[in-house]
Amino acid sequence: MTDHHTDATAGTTEATRGGIRAFLRGRSELGVCALLLAIGVLVLTDALTMDTDFAQRGPVGPRTVPIVVGVALLVVAVLLAVDVLRGGKGEAEGGEDIDLSAPGDWRTVLLLSGVFLANAILIEPLGFPISGALLFWGSAYALGSRAFHRDPLIAAVLSTLTFFVFDRLLAVPLPGGPLMEVL
Amino acid sequence: MDSLSSLLDGFGTALSPVNLLWAAVGVLLGTAIGVLPGIGPAMAVALLLPVTYGLDPTAAFIMFAGIYYGGMFGGSTTSILLNTPGETAAVVAAMEGHPMARSGRGAQALAAAAIGHFAGGMIGTCLLVFLAPTVADLAVDIGAPDYFAIMVLAFIAVTSVLGSSRVRGFASLLIGLTIGLVGLDQMTGQQRLTFGSLELADGIDVVIVAVGLFAIGEALWVALHLRRRPDEPIPVGRPWLGKAELRRTWKPWLRGPAIGFPFGAIPAGGAEIPTFLSYVTEKRLSKHRDEFGKGAIEGVAGPESAASASAAGTLVSMLTLGLPTTAVAAVMLAAFQQYGIQPGPLLFEREPDLVWGLIASLFIAMAMLLVLNLPLAPVWAKLLRIPRPYLYAGILFFAAIGAYAVGGEPLDLVILLIIGLLGLLMRRYGLPVLPAVIGVILGPAAEQQLRRALQISDGSVSGLVNTPFAVTVYVVIALILCWPLAKRLVPRGRAKAS
Repeated sequence: MTDHHTDATAGTTEATRGGIRAFLRGRSELGVCALLLAIGVLVLTDALTMDTDFAQRGPVGPRTVPIVVGVALLVVAVLLAVDVLRGGKGEAEGGEDIDLSAPGDWRTVLLLSGVFLANAILIEPLGFPISGALLFWGSAYALGSRAFHRDPLIAAVLSTLTFFVFDRLLAVPLPGGPLMEVL
Repeated sequence: MDSLSSLLDGFGTALSPVNLLWAAVGVLLGTAIGVLPGIGPAMAVALLLPVTYGLDPTAAFIMFAGIYYGGMFGGSTTSILLNTPGETAAVVAAMEGHPMARSGRGAQALAAAAIGHFAGGMIGTCLLVFLAPTVADLAVDIGAPDYFAIMVLAFIAVTSVLGSSRVRGFASLLIGLTIGLVGLDQMTGQQRLTFGSLELADGIDVVIVAVGLFAIGEALWVALHLRRRPDEPIPVGRPWLGKAELRRTWKPWLRGPAIGFPFGAIPAGGAEIPTFLSYVTEKRLSKHRDEFGKGAIEGVAGPESAASASAAGTLVSMLTLGLPTTAVAAVMLAAFQQYGIQPGPLLFEREPDLVWGLIASLFIAMAMLLVLNLPLAPVWAKLLRIPRPYLYAGILFFAAIGAYAVGGEPLDLVILLIIGLLGLLMRRYGLPVLPAVIGVILGPAAEQQLRRALQISDGSVSGLVNTPFAVTVYVVIALILCWPLAKRLVPRGRAKAS
């Protein structure tokens, strides 16, 4: 009898688990609610653990606004969740080059993010002319350009030219790297 | 009369060779950016924010204004020839302009749009000359409670009027406000959301947020859904108008600003609403109503004129009250902050050279744009053939330079990418980007004004509503908030009555 009972419960939990998965599909927007909730908790924790005795000037201290923002984040997270559960959906943004009928190409976004991070790491040791060229070429490659003799050339010219315009003409300092030390 | 003589002085500033050069750079960049798919004027100005580190403010704002107006001119070229408008201001231009281009009248559509922008921009800028000093005079002795009220108005308007979902607008605004909180509290030096990191103690620079949300976010979002075969633009000749068309377009050109200018000045989403209103008006007034939807030239002329006039209206509220009503104005406000200049009623007293030089340069920019866009439209249209990988790789490339230029910190590039991914997420789930940017730019200032106002009133909340100006603004905010309720109630009431 008891065996039977546990079997049945296991069956139902599995069914609900499948049900939850089906329920969550198409409701990925709940992730946004979770994110808002997390940010709200973070802001509130930071505000409430603040040690303000020494710094209070005037009736409103540095905690008030973060507390208001944090509470509002929690409220909006709940309201958004209610909206999503009722079938509301955020309208994805359109644009000239955007084809919303195609499924999202996350591989390209990952590749682009990787290339961008590589630039952040390489910009100081290699200098901007080289890391910038890699950034442009890598991004163009990730976006589907496969002109292997033209792309690197464009990247190198663009990067060197921009370096001189910004660093020398506009006085925005960029790291030159070993290449510019040689020149 | 006073504003006329100031304007003449302004022309003295704007006509100096250096400033003329920056105006030319601005309108060239603006037109190119307007034509290029995927880049809007807000992204362009955001990408150019780093020049504020090297350029003097007058030159920078002359260039930014050129980009703003040029983006409008160029944007209509894209929507007429390609039918996929990127800027919201150009959506209406596609409705009549694209059918015209398909039926071989693209040249006339381009001309009607370009002259419409010119007329609207000129009339709008004239209104700006006469209205802005008056508004500034009226508002000249506003204090902390009034500033706070204006900023709350900006927050509420940008979340409630724009976009289809209020709750998503507020979510975006709160994300922006949170980013604005990071760093040392301006009044007490208390660390907030820094997690003990020295880099975060300085706060996250507005440039990084603007570039991240507008440029990286957009580039990644396009990359996620890149159209593998971009639409082919319709080839077109040099724009011109015949007599019959002129007869049909001159009235819409003049009517456009009457709708565009006031809507630009109030926080109601910039050019989107007035262009639609102008379109509906022209359709109702036209003798060729049957042509609408198939390429009626009035439907291009009126809305485009309204769009440019709304840009002038936007500048009125931005310069006199520090109230940004569009994304471009928000980014320009960030540029003002970079220079440590507070736009508002005192701007006309404290920085007359800058303001009047900027306004005078608008007239010059408009003339340059007409010359650039009428004969050269076919050349600009060639930009539509740029390979998309280069275009979006270029955006990432320049975004990286801009963020690095802020402080020479590789960490800023990582923060930039994180904010860019946030921008991607927001676009995916329909959270509008503008409220977040306004939250970052105005949030810290609003907090400061709030605390100052409460300090003066010794903590009493009545200190926030003790001026007629602030009360008026709060009434407006209440109206905006109650508007959807009223809309819901009115038809129901009517149904009951019948």
